[in-house]
Amino acid sequence: MDTCINKIRELSLKLLEENEVKKVIGFAEGTIPMATSPVTITRKQDVEKLVFNSTCGLNLANYIRNQKDKIAVIAKGCDTRNIVTHIVENQVQREKLYIIGVPCNGMIDKSKIESLFEDEIIEFSEDGGKLNVKSSLKEEKLNKSDYLRKNCRLCMHKNPVIYDVLAGDLVEEQNFDNPYPDVDEIEAMNSETKWQHFEDLTKNCIRCYACRNACPICYCPTCFVDESGPQWVGKGQDKTDVNTFHFLRAFHCAGRCTDCGACVEACPMDINVRDFTRKLNKDSFEMFGWEAGLDIARRPPLDVYSPNDPDDFIK
Amino acid sequence: MGNLLEHMGIEKDRVHFSWISSAEATKFVDVVKEISKKVRALGPNKKLVKDYN
Repeated sequence: MDTCINKIRELSLKLLEENEVKKVIGFAEGTIPMATSPVTITRKQDVEKLVFNSTCGLNLANYIRNQKDKIAVIAKGCDTRNIVTHIVENQVQREKLYIIGVPCNGMIDKSKIESLFEDEIIEFSEDGGKLNVKSSLKEEKLNKSDYLRKNCRLCMHKNPVIYDVLAGDLVEEQNFDNPYPDVDEIEAMNSETKWQHFEDLTKNCIRCYACRNACPICYCPTCFVDESGPQWVGKGQDKTDVNTFHFLRAFHCAGRCTDCGACVEACPMDINVRDFTRKLNKDSFEMFGWEAGLDIARRPPLDVYSPNDPDDFIK
Repeated sequence: MGNLLEHMGIEKDRVHFSWISSAEATKFVDVVKEISKKVRALGPNKKLVKDYN
């Protein structure tokens, strides 16, 4: 993944020079270490700003809607699955996108790394599978594989599913007998423990909606939480409202979520909101054999009717 | 949706789904009787309920 940045810059430069695309959407260094942020490059002299490393955890499919001209986007496995979802949901047209696919070895869990340090991290670099992280007090050399995000650990689509060009060699995909061990763990609890688990999970939520804003499939012009007539859900910190928000947002993502982890990446309170969406991903997989964003020719399960749809919940 | 509610800790018997035609009065009575019985057995719901006091 380290060498692919040269290829990404080279391809982006060529696309802008030849006027094939008007913009390239990618990642640039942030203002602090480990905080790469999405960037739009329109001038070829800015191509050097593009970076790609293990901290690019946000989902760039979130920035490709409502574009007038053809654009290029740098997309890892999960980003391409969200691009597919966008195409299926008529949010973008395939011919107006140039997809630079990046086979991905997973993104790192920044909070987990930060928790190793007592003070602020002042330097971050990576070399292959090794991470070098420095604060003013100490320096740590870490194995990237020990600090992967939870969703990346369980990722089965590291390679882009749709692309015009690849910026690196395809990587080996993982396969699991049970791709949803985290959901099983919660399912094994009784009702009271489950309820307690989710109450504890969301107790620090400040309703900043960063999870929703980072989510590529949360693109409703007016989100149900912002609606005021009728007001579907209270706007305060009441735990019932907080849980209603998380529950409903998750349900709106049913059969569409690609488990890209952008919601958790964006959360300032380190809430693993994936605990909600993962259950729906598991259900979609078990009931409809469906994983979101793999095929532009198939409609999502909640979008189509089939006489074989499971209906044993109806009396 | 029922599955996710259950996953969050809402008891399975608390939420019911049914499809009853306006011509199926007896089915309506049967279903409502069954729901009442199951929900009564669970007692009052304290989850996802706002406390205004």
